[in-house]
Amino acid sequence: MSTIPTTSAHEQLGPAESAPQAELARRCLYYMSLMRETEDRIERKLYRQGKVLGGVYVGRGQEAIPVGTALHSLPEDVLLPSHRDMAVFFIRGIPLGRIFAQYMGRVGGLTNGRDGNMHMGDMSAGLVSIISALAATVPVAAGVALALQYRGTNGVAFSYFGDGSTSRGDWHEGVNMATVLKLPVVFVCNNNQYAYSTPLSGQMACTHVADRGPAYGMPAEIVDGNDVFAVYEATGRAVAHARAGLGPYLLECKTFRMTGHSAHDAAEYVPPALFDEWAKRDPIVRLEEKAIEHGWSDQAAIDAVHAQVRQEVDAAVAWADEQPFPDPATLFGNVYDGE
Amino acid sequence: MPTTYLEAIREGLWEEMERDPNVFLIGEDIGIYGGAFKVTAGFIEHFGGRRVVDTPISESGIVGAAIGAGLMGLRPVAEMQFADFISCGFDQIVNFAAKCRYRWNAAVPMVVRAPSGGGIHGGPFHSQNPEMWFVKVPGLKVVCPSTAYDAKGLIKSAVRDNDPVIFFEHKALYRRIKEDLPTEEFTVPIGKARIARTGRDLSVITYGAMVWVALEAAEILAGEGIEMEVVDLRSLLPLDRDTVCESVKKTSKALLLHEDTRTAGMAGELAVTITEGVFEHLDAPIVRVTAPDTPVPFSPPLEEAFLPNTAKVIEKARWLHRY
Repeated sequence: MSTIPTTSAHEQLGPAESAPQAELARRCLYYMSLMRETEDRIERKLYRQGKVLGGVYVGRGQEAIPVGTALHSLPEDVLLPSHRDMAVFFIRGIPLGRIFAQYMGRVGGLTNGRDGNMHMGDMSAGLVSIISALAATVPVAAGVALALQYRGTNGVAFSYFGDGSTSRGDWHEGVNMATVLKLPVVFVCNNNQYAYSTPLSGQMACTHVADRGPAYGMPAEIVDGNDVFAVYEATGRAVAHARAGLGPYLLECKTFRMTGHSAHDAAEYVPPALFDEWAKRDPIVRLEEKAIEHGWSDQAAIDAVHAQVRQEVDAAVAWADEQPFPDPATLFGNVYDGE
Repeated sequence: MPTTYLEAIREGLWEEMERDPNVFLIGEDIGIYGGAFKVTAGFIEHFGGRRVVDTPISESGIVGAAIGAGLMGLRPVAEMQFADFISCGFDQIVNFAAKCRYRWNAAVPMVVRAPSGGGIHGGPFHSQNPEMWFVKVPGLKVVCPSTAYDAKGLIKSAVRDNDPVIFFEHKALYRRIKEDLPTEEFTVPIGKARIARTGRDLSVITYGAMVWVALEAAEILAGEGIEMEVVDLRSLLPLDRDTVCESVKKTSKALLLHEDTRTAGMAGELAVTITEGVFEHLDAPIVRVTAPDTPVPFSPPLEEAFLPNTAKVIEKARWLHRY
């Protein structure tokens, strides 16, 4: 097997507190650009070519949330990303080629064709896979945190979900479990204002997801989810709270789903003005403007990051496309241990 | 000093917790109170609150948390206060726990203890036998011990298993049966049936509390010269098809018995197992004695009419013997 193309900026995990803002901006730009390019390639090219089948759910416009949060994770932390949090996988060091192979149903994907799209995980990288019933990972995150605490580690569980997930019983049971048992969980909501076709007003009668925090005795804050620096700073507070043994913390990152629910959904139910309005708040553009304004970067350096990302994605797609489809004989095995 | 079925489960859990610091208990009212049936009484005093975790009323939360801890390499034993409430944690069990290994090679060592079964006048929500909801799910293991020996040996195997195990413990057996257990350590393998009584004329294949009904019937039938073999499945998933087929091959007649309701009960799977395996050896139609397709009723005459019993088994066995 040829070398699996990976991400160039895969580096030591950990907060960049000591790093200058310029370095943080560079890392954020790299991961956000990589997520945008990867998902564009999947949704707008491979899916249309028929090389990616089934459901495709992207986080276009939401990249600041997985990046700004996961950059705080330490190796011993465990993350439970949802389906619009692709960058979490990059930050935890999953090779890009394996992610494309996963989407293409090939050997070498994280599930070797047994599952598709964002239904992937790798405990050795501290990543738990979602299942389709979203919010199911919320009580699981509580259990992960329980284990981290049980072992006396300083680890934190990062539990990701959308606004729609907060309607489900599992969300409430998981959050309540974490608060009652005072477990180290950082709950990260990407409130992108639509759950499939249902707007927030059809999902909950309170104004903010964060309103739910105090009902469980949990601190909660509202964050501009399209400002990666704001997300990063807020996550720092949340993680410090959880690591200090003070229990869970809820971050509601306000954003907007700049696509349909999935690749087959034209999202005609979303007023076009909302897309226009939120397009002006694109998190990548905002990051670039801020970086130039503060002198952390310049246009040439920014262009170089995007060019590098495109090259990495090209290589990863080419690698994935060379991987075989699974042998039908691999239908069996590993249903149970030792098979 | 004989050990009860309940005490056997307690002993098994206690020994596993002493043996492996990764084993812990999680559930409702299991710590200070010691559990609704007192299976875990005294555990929190000995092992502490870290390893005996009292939770809110939250079956999905309990199973979800057990899955999370299992993914991290701990060995959680989650208690459903009654098996009937396991439906509240259904998605976590069948969609999360059962599929992790197959999908992304992640082990979920976890035991879900579920006190099940009728005969205690518990009514529709404290008497059910929901084992077949889980037997349909690849990735799970389902065990239903009938004796104190098996209860202890199987709970220990379940705790050590690297896959999720649903452990159905029959409430009516908790304090009703007892036996002397070996003083040395033992386990009982998951997926292996046992012959509870040997016989040459017909095989009754059953599990859980119905094993005792079958044994009582066999004793009475022996007085009539009918030798009934009793196969105790012990595990429903994986199912020990070989032992079932071997027994029917020997007796050529099969009576399938379960306390669970009739349609799509274990008897259906067993009947096909027998026809696939030893059809040529059958001398009679396969028959079954089960609960009818109704909820479990509360009032004693209704529940008595609902539950399979010795008389019903004897009637079918005599018919089968004459055939």
